[in-house]
Amino acid sequence: MTTNTPLLKVDNAGIQFGGLKAVQGVNVELDRGELVGLIGPNGAGKTTFFNLLTGVYVPTEGSISLNGEKLNKQAPYKITRKGISRTFQNIRLFSELSVIDNVKVAYHSLAKHSIASSIFRVPGHFSGETEMHEKAVEFLKIFNLDRFMNEKAKNLPYGQQRRLEIARALAANPKLLLLDEPAAGMNPQETQELMKLIALIREKFDLTVLLIEHDMALVMGVCDRIYVLDHGQLIAQGTPAEIRNDPKVIEAYLGEEVS
Amino acid sequence: MTILKSAKGFWLSILLSIILFAIIQFLIIGEYLNGFYINTIFFMGINIILAVSLHLIIGITGQFSIGHAGFLAVGAYASAVVSMKLGLPFPLAIIMGGLVAAIAGLVIGIPSLRLKGDYLAIATLGFGEIVRIVFLNIDYVGGASGLQVSHLTTWPWVFVCMMITLLVIRNFTNSTHGRACISIREDETAADAMGINTTYYKVVAFVIGSFFAGIAGSLYAHNFYIIQPSNFGFLKSFDILIYVVLGGLGSMSGAVVAAILLTIISTFLQDFPETRMVIYSILLIVMMIYRPQGLMGTREITSFFKKKKSVEGGPKDDNQHTVA
Repeated sequence: MTTNTPLLKVDNAGIQFGGLKAVQGVNVELDRGELVGLIGPNGAGKTTFFNLLTGVYVPTEGSISLNGEKLNKQAPYKITRKGISRTFQNIRLFSELSVIDNVKVAYHSLAKHSIASSIFRVPGHFSGETEMHEKAVEFLKIFNLDRFMNEKAKNLPYGQQRRLEIARALAANPKLLLLDEPAAGMNPQETQELMKLIALIREKFDLTVLLIEHDMALVMGVCDRIYVLDHGQLIAQGTPAEIRNDPKVIEAYLGEEVS
Repeated sequence: MTILKSAKGFWLSILLSIILFAIIQFLIIGEYLNGFYINTIFFMGINIILAVSLHLIIGITGQFSIGHAGFLAVGAYASAVVSMKLGLPFPLAIIMGGLVAAIAGLVIGIPSLRLKGDYLAIATLGFGEIVRIVFLNIDYVGGASGLQVSHLTTWPWVFVCMMITLLVIRNFTNSTHGRACISIREDETAADAMGINTTYYKVVAFVIGSFFAGIAGSLYAHNFYIIQPSNFGFLKSFDILIYVVLGGLGSMSGAVVAAILLTIISTFLQDFPETRMVIYSILLIVMMIYRPQGLMGTREITSFFKKKKSVEGGPKDDNQHTVA
């Protein structure tokens, strides 16, 4: 593995639904350790782009590679195991499962004990489950969620649910974390906490982050670079300062706010 | 610590069920029970196996399958052929019934589990009918007039099969594999995004469920003197579905309780053949109006005996996860 291959390389990728080109000709390169923002007006294709990256949709053109390895046409769970993990725009926790079980589901692909060993309760089952449990407890402590451990996920306050969703995505041990509007529906204080959390994640985990966000304070505050998507096409990329002053971006998206 | 504690609960329930077994066995051997009641008890056991096996598919994995009688039929006929036509011993017939039904589950599951919700329900309903019609047209197994089977089902067999079913499904559910299945029920897209091979686990749950439906079929076949395709119509599938829904989707003990209650009720109502279905239906309607989450909701019986645990936790090898 050469260090100059980018972690994620999206080459001219696009998807067409019938006659609608939801995303087209997108080129994105992310280096290891970067925190990159993806912004754009509603319906610009940001979430569709995430769905392309995670294998929910198969790109109709172009290619996506992680660490130089092509991901085309792989099932979403395989892409997750290769190292791309995500959160969702509308929180998608396993709401009837406890907080800790939500995290354990993310550890499932690492489980060493087989179905048969669980059914017959051989020692391998107990050691496997205990190891998983201890790991999950340690993990929740990092996110300050251990006090809710046995609570059902649906009973958590909104901000904590977002936190848990990010924690769960990280538990899957990604190299690239995709955050889809993590600050949506949060009050300013919760957004502040989220920014701290993102900073913490970068520090603790060796990770590249791509995040979709409408909260400009957050995007401009934490991102190293920003891509701007409009009508399914990239219209600009650069540092926050460059984006803020890009006339195309101002016209398409930022509007009066920045002028 | 907690492992020991929950293990105590586990051995206690095993002990209780063995006592229950011994009492009923004593009553049967001592001829204190007449054939009618014995038969009802057998039915209860068989219905529990059916309810719990469907609970794994619908309540845990969230795949709405309504062709469970199809697997019951496959198991019943397969075991009857093994014991009657091939003359092999009964235990082998039970196992063969389960295995053949599991193979049927695999063959049906792989294509149809790509479907979701209503579509899967219709596909599995279709499967149940196909099975019935296939048996209706095979002369080797007697066609419409049915297949003669000797009465080999005894209380120990029913009990052992029932306990094995309960244990296997409980153990499966309370493991990382069961959690994978629950995550599919909760949100398939998110489960996929967490690295769960959703198709694999749906098929696994389906195959385990059909295996035990086949076991129930073996017991069912050898409890009658004859089996006919008409015993396995879609109404039978709905009977099983009702146990699961009435007990509470996601609760194994709920399915057991519902299977016991409804077996008793429908046996009792046999004395009023004209009004039987009416009363039964009214009962279900009232239940669904006042308790739509089912008898137990998603809780397990064990959770009623447990003191509310504080958050310190520890790996719990009991029904905590199914409580999900």
